Amino acid sequence: MENSEIISVRDLTKRFPMGLSEFTALRGISLEFSRGEFSGVVGPSGSGKTTLLNIIGLLDNPTDGDVIILGNPSKNLSVKEAAMIRRKHMGFIFQTYNLLPVYTVFENVEFPLLLLSMSTGERKKAVLEALAWVGLSDKEKSKPAQLSGGECQRVAIARAMVKRPEIVLADEPTANLDADNSHHILQTMEKLNKELHTTFIFATHDEKVISYLRRKITLVDGKVSHDDVLKP
Amino acid sequence: MIRFLIKGLLRDSHRSRLPLIVVAFGVMLTILLTTWITGILGDSINLNAKLATGHLKVITRAYQENMDQLPVDLALTGTSGLIKSLRTDFPAVSWVERIEFGGLLDLPDENNETKSQGPFAGIAIDMFNIDSGEKERLNLKKILVDGKLPSSSGELLVSSSFAQKLGIKIRDKVTFIGSTMFGEMAINNYTVAGTIRYGISSLDKGSIIMDISDARNALDMEDACNEILGFTGTDYYDDAKATEVMTSFNKKHLENKDQFAPVMLRLRDQNDLGTLIDLMNGVVGLISFIFILAMSVVLWNAALIGGLRRYGEVGLRLAIGEEKGHIYRSLIAESLIIGIAGSFLGTAVGLSISYLVQQKGIDLSKLMESATMIMPGVFRTKITPASWYIGFIPGILATVLGTALAGIGIYRRQTASLFKELQS
Repeated sequence: MENSEIISVRDLTKRFPMGLSEFTALRGISLEFSRGEFSGVVGPSGSGKTTLLNIIGLLDNPTDGDVIILGNPSKNLSVKEAAMIRRKHMGFIFQTYNLLPVYTVFENVEFPLLLLSMSTGERKKAVLEALAWVGLSDKEKSKPAQLSGGECQRVAIARAMVKRPEIVLADEPTANLDADNSHHILQTMEKLNKELHTTFIFATHDEKVISYLRRKITLVDGKVSHDDVLKP
Repeated sequence: MIRFLIKGLLRDSHRSRLPLIVVAFGVMLTILLTTWITGILGDSINLNAKLATGHLKVITRAYQENMDQLPVDLALTGTSGLIKSLRTDFPAVSWVERIEFGGLLDLPDENNETKSQGPFAGIAIDMFNIDSGEKERLNLKKILVDGKLPSSSGELLVSSSFAQKLGIKIRDKVTFIGSTMFGEMAINNYTVAGTIRYGISSLDKGSIIMDISDARNALDMEDACNEILGFTGTDYYDDAKATEVMTSFNKKHLENKDQFAPVMLRLRDQNDLGTLIDLMNGVVGLISFIFILAMSVVLWNAALIGGLRRYGEVGLRLAIGEEKGHIYRSLIAESLIIGIAGSFLGTAVGLSISYLVQQKGIDLSKLMESATMIMPGVFRTKITPASWYIGFIPGILATVLGTALAGIGIYRRQTASLFKELQS
């Protein structure tokens, strides 16, 4: 299924002002991501991984170059249009889960669907399905405080996947997890990638994550030093 | 989405408890203060109307200029004809004759020598005519401390403090010493039928009440009185109605330049009561404004603290594609829910307390002993139709305003740093 281009990064440069000078985080990066990829951007701290993920996620704008997401050049997108693409087509997984503590597991997963004007019945079906994917059907009424770290991250995955987005961006998703839980959630994501053909892009330097990737893009000082296909 | 927000509010006590308490407390205070002030001012105005000013008052032009001295020599004459025409022209108003006068009350000993003596302010009312409603208007049965109400000519009532000061007992003979309408000396004997207590220290210090026919005899005021009072029917003063009657009456007598020509005054034109009425009308708005301002500042701060607590939540919502305007509006919707809930709570508590104080009253007569104004000794709140909704104005406005100010921070939030912010 990795045949159609979904994200195209073209000669991307990102500079940040630092006092009177500028810091260049990304230097002329060009990449293509196809539907159903399970890829990771790896590299040491400060190499530009998160900056690249920010721009692909339409949370930040490039200084030069462009990113074309699902056929939409980011340069031409208004803030509202960018938010709409994130809302409909992207899921985000964060290192610290960022679950809403006062809501149940069910409600946390349901939240992105509330922004999509779905009916109650459709939402319920989608949420229960997402919880089944991550193996948390029995925890739908629990609050985040009653869950382990691994379970919280699985809820975050369900939340990212519930609307069946084309793209999921995950920034260091295993950083707060032990080895067992890391493998568990990576297996979950790998399974969803295969079943739903969702494109996963990780920003990581965790070897456990890297061992699951099918494509590894290595960034050094804001440039792509290697772009390797690990598994066909 | 609204259900989702309500669930969050109900479950997150930090998000809802402080604003709810602030709103409820502010609304309760708003209601207590407005009902308290409306009650006190309303009672004062009502009391002044019944005792001295009426809702309308007809006097002579000359009397108007010296009204503070209650001059009987500047009284209206031919009052039977005047009151008849008033009743014809303005049948909705209840018209009564009064004589307000001053003099000395003398208590003689067994040798008819002065035992004690003191100055008084007297009110002569139509006491024996049931239709006048004057006994009920002055609440004489209720304020009677000892003895009975006068049942025949030659009897009068003396204020209890005054009676105590002079050593007057029930059935004692007392002598009124004053001057007639024509400036001659007036000396008349009366029997004290009872003592009264208004609960208004300025009156309790030295006043008497007698029937108007006795006063007419004593002051040589045949078919005359110094004041005709009009009451518009309801207990509470209706300024618009009083203005309409006054304008019509005064227009009719405008051409008569005689100093004894009648002139009509409204309640608001006497005893600085206009200021009191304006204060009463303005005070509700003023109190609401003060509470809106004070609560907004508190709720602004509460919302800022809440905003810090929910920094991660707002970041997440921005990241997953919720628009800033939508988040801002949802926070305003939350504040609206809290504002309405707090206003209901505050109104319920405020009205309950106000109702208790309205029924029971707070007796401050001891503190009012040296007061010279006509003010009630027992202070009561007054629940008006406005009391049911007045709290909602500061309650809802302050919550929304506070959140709107605090929520501006959402528009300053840069999505570019969300990944980093959400890692911590």
